[in-house]
Amino acid sequence: MEIERRYELLINGKECKVESSWLGESLMYVLRERLGLWGTKNACEQGECGSCSVLIDGMLACSCLELAATAVGVDITTVEGLGAPDNMTDIQQSFIDEGAVQCGFCTPGLVVAVHDLLLSNPAPSGQEIKEALAGNLCRCTGYGRIEAAVVKVVQQRHE
Amino acid sequence: MSKWFSKGTNNVMPNANESISGIATSLQRPDAAEKVCGTFEYSSDLVANNMLWGGTLRSPHPSARIVEINVENARGIQGVATALTANDLPGKPNYGLLMSDQPVLADEFVRFEGEPVALVAAADPEICRRALAAIEISYELLEPLTDPERAEDSPAVFPGGNVIRRVPIERGDPEASGDVVVEGVYEVGMQDQAFLGPESGVAVPNEDGSIDLYVATQGLHQDHAQLAPCLGLPGEKVRIHLAGVGGAFGGREDFSVHAHACFLALNTRRPVKMSYLRDESFRGHLHRHPARMWYRHHARKSGKLVKVEARILLDGGAYASSSSAVAGNAARFACGPYRVPNVSVEAICVRTNNHPCGAMRGFGAVQACYGHESQMDKLAKKLGMDPLEIRFINALQTGDRLPTGQKVHVPAPVRECLEAAAAVPLPGESSDNVDGYGLPGGAGRTADRSRIRRGVGFAVGYKNLAYSEGYDDNARVRCCLKDGKLTITSAAAEIGQGFVTVARQIAHEVLGVEDIALHPANTSDIGSAGSSAASRQTYMSGKAIELACRQIAQRVCEACGENWKVNAKQLSLANGRVRSEDGRFDVKLAEACGDPIETEVFHSHRQTFGMDKATGQGDTDASWIFGAQRAVVDVDLDLGLIRVVQITTGQDVGRAINPLSVIGQIEGGISQGLGLAVMEEVLSQDGVVQNGSFTDYLVPTFADMPPVEVTLIEKPEDGAPFGAKGVGETPSLSSTPAIAAAIRAATGLELPRVPIRPEQIALA
Repeated sequence: MEIERRYELLINGKECKVESSWLGESLMYVLRERLGLWGTKNACEQGECGSCSVLIDGMLACSCLELAATAVGVDITTVEGLGAPDNMTDIQQSFIDEGAVQCGFCTPGLVVAVHDLLLSNPAPSGQEIKEALAGNLCRCTGYGRIEAAVVKVVQQRHE
Repeated sequence: MSKWFSKGTNNVMPNANESISGIATSLQRPDAAEKVCGTFEYSSDLVANNMLWGGTLRSPHPSARIVEINVENARGIQGVATALTANDLPGKPNYGLLMSDQPVLADEFVRFEGEPVALVAAADPEICRRALAAIEISYELLEPLTDPERAEDSPAVFPGGNVIRRVPIERGDPEASGDVVVEGVYEVGMQDQAFLGPESGVAVPNEDGSIDLYVATQGLHQDHAQLAPCLGLPGEKVRIHLAGVGGAFGGREDFSVHAHACFLALNTRRPVKMSYLRDESFRGHLHRHPARMWYRHHARKSGKLVKVEARILLDGGAYASSSSAVAGNAARFACGPYRVPNVSVEAICVRTNNHPCGAMRGFGAVQACYGHESQMDKLAKKLGMDPLEIRFINALQTGDRLPTGQKVHVPAPVRECLEAAAAVPLPGESSDNVDGYGLPGGAGRTADRSRIRRGVGFAVGYKNLAYSEGYDDNARVRCCLKDGKLTITSAAAEIGQGFVTVARQIAHEVLGVEDIALHPANTSDIGSAGSSAASRQTYMSGKAIELACRQIAQRVCEACGENWKVNAKQLSLANGRVRSEDGRFDVKLAEACGDPIETEVFHSHRQTFGMDKATGQGDTDASWIFGAQRAVVDVDLDLGLIRVVQITTGQDVGRAINPLSVIGQIEGGISQGLGLAVMEEVLSQDGVVQNGSFTDYLVPTFADMPPVEVTLIEKPEDGAPFGAKGVGETPSLSSTPAIAAAIRAATGLELPRVPIRPEQIALA
């Protein structure tokens, strides 16, 4: 059923009003369809593909598995909060430089996941990269160029 | 031959560059910045004012008669705009790529689990779901035909019988036999394209009765040809626009939401958005044909092939889609890229009540490649030969004749592909085994090192480039040079493959222009580019762009000659300027000629012909692409788990227009081949799919993919755009059999079926 009470979510540092929603709507759905933050992608809707990755209080999460109404009062970061085409992060630029983008549907989720990885582990080994990003499916690239993009960011940050 | 090692020590990746550059540079994708920032608009991100959400009710039964269907309850729910059934269809009730047999909505019968039966448009997805659940249908259940082996002798699933196409190839002496004979029966499971972006789109009706559909697709005009009749509208009243495509791999060749969204929009006179969830995606698009294949190879003691006999049975499921072309490919490529003097092949595609199958990357040739490569290894084993050696001895070359009798007129670097895959040093025993993480079982660290065996396997495959068998293959492109800026108008679908870079690079190479825009792809501003399928867009639309730009360059030079009284024949275009050979004339392109110069090119590839109905003979193909792989695999004998340690590959690309994109295509294609080898299969029980989700249908993750060493074999094809063939499909042909061969080498098991499952190894 539709809930009358409005609520606010703190997304990318801004209070966003959710005017109407159904109980049980996922954070992913509300981000996309209610708030127009389309960068969070909808590929599997059961936490398997990582395309909808966001940071909740700094923790990497699949927004399709989070109830929007329970995400009140936490700090949500989406891909839109990391960088914009005219102000990209080094991770986003490296994805472009290294050919890590094809259809690009997995890309925003991977950008968020790499951001999270390099915060907690600034110098990951190849195996650590693979393990950390194994929750983000990509069907186009076979992951080779994505790994190259991560390696390049790590190298640049240590230069 | 050029080498681009994609990983490892010799890392000589092409430079990512700043401005547009021509051929053989790795131009960055113009859409990449938006894609990494999340602002690129995919078909599932679209909204329209006053929009409704559409939903599809699908049959839970693989075979049934619809006795009664009642949508009144659904219509009565607040927020529901309409609920429709086959009775409400406005036009032609069926559609299909090569045969119009698939109902827009099931009328009397449902023929597969997931067949669309009714539609709802409502204010939001939740109301939509409730309305779909409120539709009452009474089915009379029928016995589903799910075993393709029984199809020919069973009652017809669809009027016209259960054989969609039978393709024989008979060549040479049917009595011929060799010193040794090996026989095998092989099976390939049903693979799914598993693109990430869900099927989705928005249909927008207009007051004049026309409709605009924004949808993720591979072929705008082939959609259009099917869609307008289904809507009961003349072609000019239906416009299809390419929305952002989240991967395709063949799975967007057929309709998904197309007719349904338009049907709902026309009925409600409001825009309608449809977007599948993943479980609906598994039911809403077609899969790769599962295959059962019997092979008998005859060879001399020297290893030379004498004769290949094969029977390939493909399960087309309930509707035809592109099945007849898939069967044609399976037959034509059944023997692999080898010289085979005597051939007796039959491929047959049948109807069942399983999910319909259609296009997926390498269609027909992928299944056959698993069969012929398994046989070549079996033959090598029987002759005590090296698996590489037997492939070298029989390797196809330019000038050889194929089983169809067609002469190979293009570079056919079969041997070179194999040599390149073999040339990379084998990985060390523990190179990938830090902490045991790199052993089979991965992070679970389940493996006992003493029970790990390593195997190495080779495979090589080939496939036709672009459409074949006399099917019209052409692409239309319009280029307009104005004020030194070029606009390219093409309906070629960018599906992630990188047409948007290739198109610009080709134009830049010819005209030297930096400022190049690609007009949005749709059906109303330009004629067909054909589908982004069959590895064909660079070869077809890329060629059309090259030709159009050459015409423009000539007209620029002629105009300059006239306006500036210089010899047009001495002029050339580069770096945004027109220059004479002696350098005395040197003018900015924008100033060189006043009027816009526009030209439209309609490009067809060399004519192809059908296969003879009895013998399969004919000049069927425009060109072919070849690729070989070596797989190194570790196998846990106790648990049956495997880990692919390394893949090396030699790929015939003609010419790499964008090497970085080419490597991306190769690595991605290999990951899908790896998936088919050891993990990916759509599992059905009595025609009902059991694993339609990413939880249950496993695709390779980051942790599953090994390092890939790519060697590009660049032997330019005459007449192709700067020599470029195509690269979309070859990488997925031979990775599956190479991995299977490596597992066989490690275990000594026959393993005649892919995907290979742990129990086939552990319980053997």
